[in-house]
Amino acid sequence: MSATQQSVQEHIPLRHPRLPRWAPVLVGVASLALSGILSLALGWHVVPWVIVALLLYVLILPGWSRVVENPRAAKDRLMTSLVWASLGIALVPLVSLLYKVVAKGLPQIDGNFMTYSMRNIVGPGGGVYHAIIGTLLITLAATIVSVPIGLLTSIYLVEYGSRSRIASWIRFLVDVMTGIPSIVAGLFAYALFVLITGTEGIHLGFGGSIALSLLMVPIVVRSAEEMLKLVPGDLREASYALGVPKWLTIVRVVLPTALPGIVTGVTLAIARVIGETAPLLIIAGFTDSVNTNLFGNAPMETLPVFIYYSYTQPGVDASVGQNYAWGAALVLIVIVMVLNVGARLLGRLFSPKSGH
Amino acid sequence: MAKSIDVSDLNIYYGDFLAVEGVNMTIPARSVTALIGPSGCGKSTFLRSLNRMHEVIPGARVEGKVVVDGQSMYDPAVDPVEVRRQIGMVFQRPNPFPTMSIRDNVLAGLRLNNKKLKKADADDVVERSLQGANLWNEVKDRLGKPGMGLSGGQQQRLCIARAIAVQPQVLLMDEPCSALDPISTSAVEDLIHELKTDYTIVIVTHNMQQAARVSEDTAFFNLAGAGKPGRLVEMNPTKKIFSVPDQEATEAYISGRFG
Repeated sequence: MSATQQSVQEHIPLRHPRLPRWAPVLVGVASLALSGILSLALGWHVVPWVIVALLLYVLILPGWSRVVENPRAAKDRLMTSLVWASLGIALVPLVSLLYKVVAKGLPQIDGNFMTYSMRNIVGPGGGVYHAIIGTLLITLAATIVSVPIGLLTSIYLVEYGSRSRIASWIRFLVDVMTGIPSIVAGLFAYALFVLITGTEGIHLGFGGSIALSLLMVPIVVRSAEEMLKLVPGDLREASYALGVPKWLTIVRVVLPTALPGIVTGVTLAIARVIGETAPLLIIAGFTDSVNTNLFGNAPMETLPVFIYYSYTQPGVDASVGQNYAWGAALVLIVIVMVLNVGARLLGRLFSPKSGH
Repeated sequence: MAKSIDVSDLNIYYGDFLAVEGVNMTIPARSVTALIGPSGCGKSTFLRSLNRMHEVIPGARVEGKVVVDGQSMYDPAVDPVEVRRQIGMVFQRPNPFPTMSIRDNVLAGLRLNNKKLKKADADDVVERSLQGANLWNEVKDRLGKPGMGLSGGQQQRLCIARAIAVQPQVLLMDEPCSALDPISTSAVEDLIHELKTDYTIVIVTHNMQQAARVSEDTAFFNLAGAGKPGRLVEMNPTKKIFSVPDQEATEAYISGRFG
């Protein structure tokens, strides 16, 4: 008893010396400067300069903190700097990729590039119109094929078969499907359409859609399943208690509640397949002309395939073909970004309202 | 329109686990019946078996008879969806539909069943139900706002409005006030008093004072022992249960002595 009384009466200091607020900035500038002097003296490039500065920062700030503050604060400083450093490192490739594509691709973009195909064009003056049309059509058809299949499968998995053996088998097979190499999907679609039509060496856009939907379906299933699982059971019960049949409960209560997440999942799946090259090389083929018929036996160009051929077989003047490739890459990235932003807006439109 | 419910020899299972055993009970029409008892004794399970919500849980099933208005509810020819249209339910936690406005929440029971409603009729239903749930004056100016924006007590009354909008014959309430503050609780209790002129109400509650305040009859459930199924110990008029109960166990529970 006396021991506890004593410890209560003992003065526990709550105030500790702290590093000034600007300490991280100061250390950052100092490490950059130190490393800069070193790199000037030794003739380093930018990369080692930044790496050494980072190392110095991670050493100096926790060290200083350890001297002035306490070990816990020093650990906190260390981990904080590591977290920020990792974020920076992760951003480097992203920013540099975007910078490179925009810098090399933007000069290519003009009305001519966006509205002309490569038909009868050798050298400059061509465009990616045919590839944009092909990419949009093939991806759209792939989405139309895979979203209903994926969504209905996930509805079965969550609402009907949740614990049954067949559901766990489906989950397993979907996971296996996620790992299918995309070129195998292309071969499958090619073989399928050769079997159906009996034409060896067939090329058609819809075959590309089938190959892409093979890659899309598992992504849609897993993301939609997660989203449906997040819908509270309370809402289903509330609906059942009103005398609403199960299928209407799913259609009118569960799906709308999960819609924003499902839309995001579908967009991610589209973004995942829109850049696929290998399966489309096999089944959709390549061409210099505009082809808007998904179902005819004629090759259909897509942006990734266009990029591949422009870069690997640029023709007489190599720089022209490679510039085409960069321009097409920028167009492809912009399409994906527009899709993402569009999905965000859609999701916000449909999302449950909090009323505040 | 209110109906009485006769329950005979009801056993309720979760898979192989017998949760509630041998319940015999008559729930009178146009009156409030309270179910009390310790946690886990099967009150909510019993309540959910009264409108076949029990079987929503995988593996859950029921043996015995529940007769509403001369019709056996667990007859193979009975569609559980039809049963739930006539026997509404209010849950422990308020659960308005997050994607719907206040107005759409009230109309949910009709709209979700694909009924076409004229706008004037829909307005009538909304006003009548919200009036019935004592919520009309608070929300009449913001019917288009999301139901999730209301306070907890208002959300619960919205759920009650939603339940009575389909004009059920019986209203089951599973601890409707356990997540509410005293003021909202009192609002819901006033509402129960008003509703009992039209509806048969069964309410599960942990609050003994609430059972005494709102109900005509009270049923006391208890566990026979740890791991054993819950059973109905005693059902009597509320006044009798809270003054001179037949069973010693009831008196022990009500006076705070468990035994």
